[in-house]
Amino acid sequence: MKVPVVRNILEVNERLSQENRKIFDAKKVLVLNLMSSPGAGKTSVLERTAEALQDRYKMAVIEGDIQSSFDAERLQRKGVQAVQINTDGACHLDSNMIRMAMDSLQLEGVDVLVIENVGNLVCPAEFNLGEHHKVTILSVAEGDDKPIKYPLMFQISSVLLVNKVDLLPYVDCDLHAIHQRARQLNPTLEIFDISCRTGEGLEAWIAWLEARIRERKNLP
Amino acid sequence: MAIAQSVLEIVLDECRRHRMKTVDRINVQVGALAAVVPEALTFCFQVVAQGTPAENAALDIETVPVVMRCPLCGELFEMEDRLDMCPQCGPVVSGLSLISGREMTVMSIEGRGSDDGA
Repeated sequence: MKVPVVRNILEVNERLSQENRKIFDAKKVLVLNLMSSPGAGKTSVLERTAEALQDRYKMAVIEGDIQSSFDAERLQRKGVQAVQINTDGACHLDSNMIRMAMDSLQLEGVDVLVIENVGNLVCPAEFNLGEHHKVTILSVAEGDDKPIKYPLMFQISSVLLVNKVDLLPYVDCDLHAIHQRARQLNPTLEIFDISCRTGEGLEAWIAWLEARIRERKNLP
Repeated sequence: MAIAQSVLEIVLDECRRHRMKTVDRINVQVGALAAVVPEALTFCFQVVAQGTPAENAALDIETVPVVMRCPLCGELFEMEDRLDMCPQCGPVVSGLSLISGREMTVMSIEGRGSDDGA
């Protein structure tokens, strides 16, 4: 016998992501899904962002790593509430993991929750977690061909942070080509060129983030 | 691996619903833009399906091409290269909309139930 099924393979994850989203919306927390390859600077961006926001907004972080709680400890030192998820080999976070992490997270009074995904430009793009925006980081040392090689990530993100621009004199990377290729895949993509090391460009990123936080809280 | 696990869950759920004892074939559609490598999915599925009614099932993966619609002329065209443009209008600043290419769907399953005599 042949049985027609026609069911989305990611249906369970989709359903859970919508449930997560309802919880986030009820608590008026802005949620970002932060993605990049390993070493592009996700944790450094979070450290810098936490420093910039600390007087005005409360930030919390869910850290996804295959192993270790190194990153969560880095953020806890900055006074950020951080919960670690170890995926035990899985190359991405899914909505169920987020839901379990939320049990050990105090969301009351939190303005922005950042979910730091596992370092990987492929699979995390397929799994919605209930976030409001996806943010991708690409460091200039990785090369300007990445938007072409991993198009989905760039297509579905709201923001692209091009990190480590202080290294531009030392690497063969055409910043203009990154912008052009990423915009061709996603014309509404917001792109900020930044350096966590020198602080260059971070103001514009923080301004974008604060505007989204205020939006979420219906503040002017 | 998570995707293979999800495929298996759908298949086993449908098996119970239709009282299927053995699954012979699973037909799956995967968009060319989805982050799925067919060989990897097939391998992972074999691993997760062991000991279930689907353990000997063939996974038939059909790749769905990436089809875009041009916002200017409305033309639908297949995108082979990520940076292909509309054949009529060339580069379009306002963006192309994706019609297909991100699917991940279990389309049908084939198998035998207890009263099939097989």
